[in-house]
Amino acid sequence: MSHVYVARVREVAARMIGGEMMVLSARDSKLFSLNETAAAIWQAADGKTPLSEMVERGLCEGYDVDGAVAARDAQELVDGLVSHGILKVSDTPMEETS
Amino acid sequence: MSELLREMSNTAQRLGIPLGVQLDLTYRCNERCVHCYLDHDDHGEMNTAEIKELLDQMAAAGVFFLTISGGEILMRRDFFEIVEHARRLMFCVKLKTNAVMIHESEADRIQGLAPESVQISVYSHRSEVHDAITKLPGSLKKSLAGARLLVERGVKVIFANVVMRDTFDDYAGVRALADEIGAQFTIDPTITPMMDGDRSILKLNLERAQLEQVLRDPSLHGARPEEYCAPPAGPLSQEDAMDTLPCSASHTFCYVSPYGDVYPCVQFPLPTGNVRTTRFIDIWKHSPQMNEVRSITMNDLPVCSTCSHGGGSCTRCPGLAYMEGNMRGPSSQDCEKSYARTGVVTAGMMTHGRAHSAAGLVQIQGAMGTALPA
Repeated sequence: MSHVYVARVREVAARMIGGEMMVLSARDSKLFSLNETAAAIWQAADGKTPLSEMVERGLCEGYDVDGAVAARDAQELVDGLVSHGILKVSDTPMEETS
Repeated sequence: MSELLREMSNTAQRLGIPLGVQLDLTYRCNERCVHCYLDHDDHGEMNTAEIKELLDQMAAAGVFFLTISGGEILMRRDFFEIVEHARRLMFCVKLKTNAVMIHESEADRIQGLAPESVQISVYSHRSEVHDAITKLPGSLKKSLAGARLLVERGVKVIFANVVMRDTFDDYAGVRALADEIGAQFTIDPTITPMMDGDRSILKLNLERAQLEQVLRDPSLHGARPEEYCAPPAGPLSQEDAMDTLPCSASHTFCYVSPYGDVYPCVQFPLPTGNVRTTRFIDIWKHSPQMNEVRSITMNDLPVCSTCSHGGGSCTRCPGLAYMEGNMRGPSSQDCEKSYARTGVVTAGMMTHGRAHSAAGLVQIQGAMGTALPA
């Protein structure tokens, strides 16, 4: 997972409403509510920071969880968000699109 | 409405978050539609920097759904700069336009901005009828060309058909046109008074029989006629009435004019403040007028709380009631709609009959106290 870069796709809108990150996809007008961990990944997904670094900084440091567990959970979350079309991944850094 | 959207709206209401805002960039327009409620002059629009600052403030306040409308939005030379800024702030942007000025390059840029939707006004599938309403020769052809360019680029386009007495027979044609192009279709059977209080354009509204036909057409509202047009269930209990709010205006929604005036809704022209002198969030939270609207429940409506339609079938618009002179009164246009749909007379109709006097109508003023010119 060391060379995975994550970025928000262009066709989304997002806002923190009452402590929940709400994301709406303009592709199909679907609305998503991200949990705290997913929201942390979402907000850090600048296309330039490797997912491994995001996990170390945002999840391990912030939540005092085991690194391997955090990495696995983060990858699952990213896979889910990618499958919903609101995040994209690459093995090289990406320009921010939103 | 999806369950998640309903939950988000409830959360926003509970926390006092202005979830949705309509921002009109300009009242200037390249069309002169016979039913339009606006004048078409520039009385001092906010400049680019002011609008960007307002967008920053609205994002910080929690605004998520941003409808950008006018006038014709593309009359603003800084339109794309404004929308680019809005999208950088991650608003869910809906655009309302006549699409006359959308060519290849504009369509490319709009696609790049990924709006949730672009709503285009189409009044008839026949050029001679549509163009007679807009008073712009060739406007239907240009609007459809713009719509096609957007649809080709995967942008969600919605044809908004304001249906009027003289164009009533054409709504099926507009819907067919939308299908042919790949656009969605929505119909609006309500002509609203002009912002200066002039109600003369209300004569363009549908006749009652036409309204009945529209409201009872299941292909338009998607509900089963026997449910949608069923007799009303009776007034709300007093307990329920105290918890029932008339609509989202001032609760999770408001409107900002091109001059920075903030109102509870685009159809509710009660001045509550101006963002040129007061921060958006302070108007939203502390304006006495905004809080007055916010305080009104169904229980506070002397006529409507006794109405048999009050139990859920009523679509009363408090803004239209305000424009008739009393924000706690019935809206005669909505009473007409409830009657047309169900065949049951409303309390408002029994109280006032069908005669409407022009006396005592609200003259709309800007928040700075300057009357908007007619």
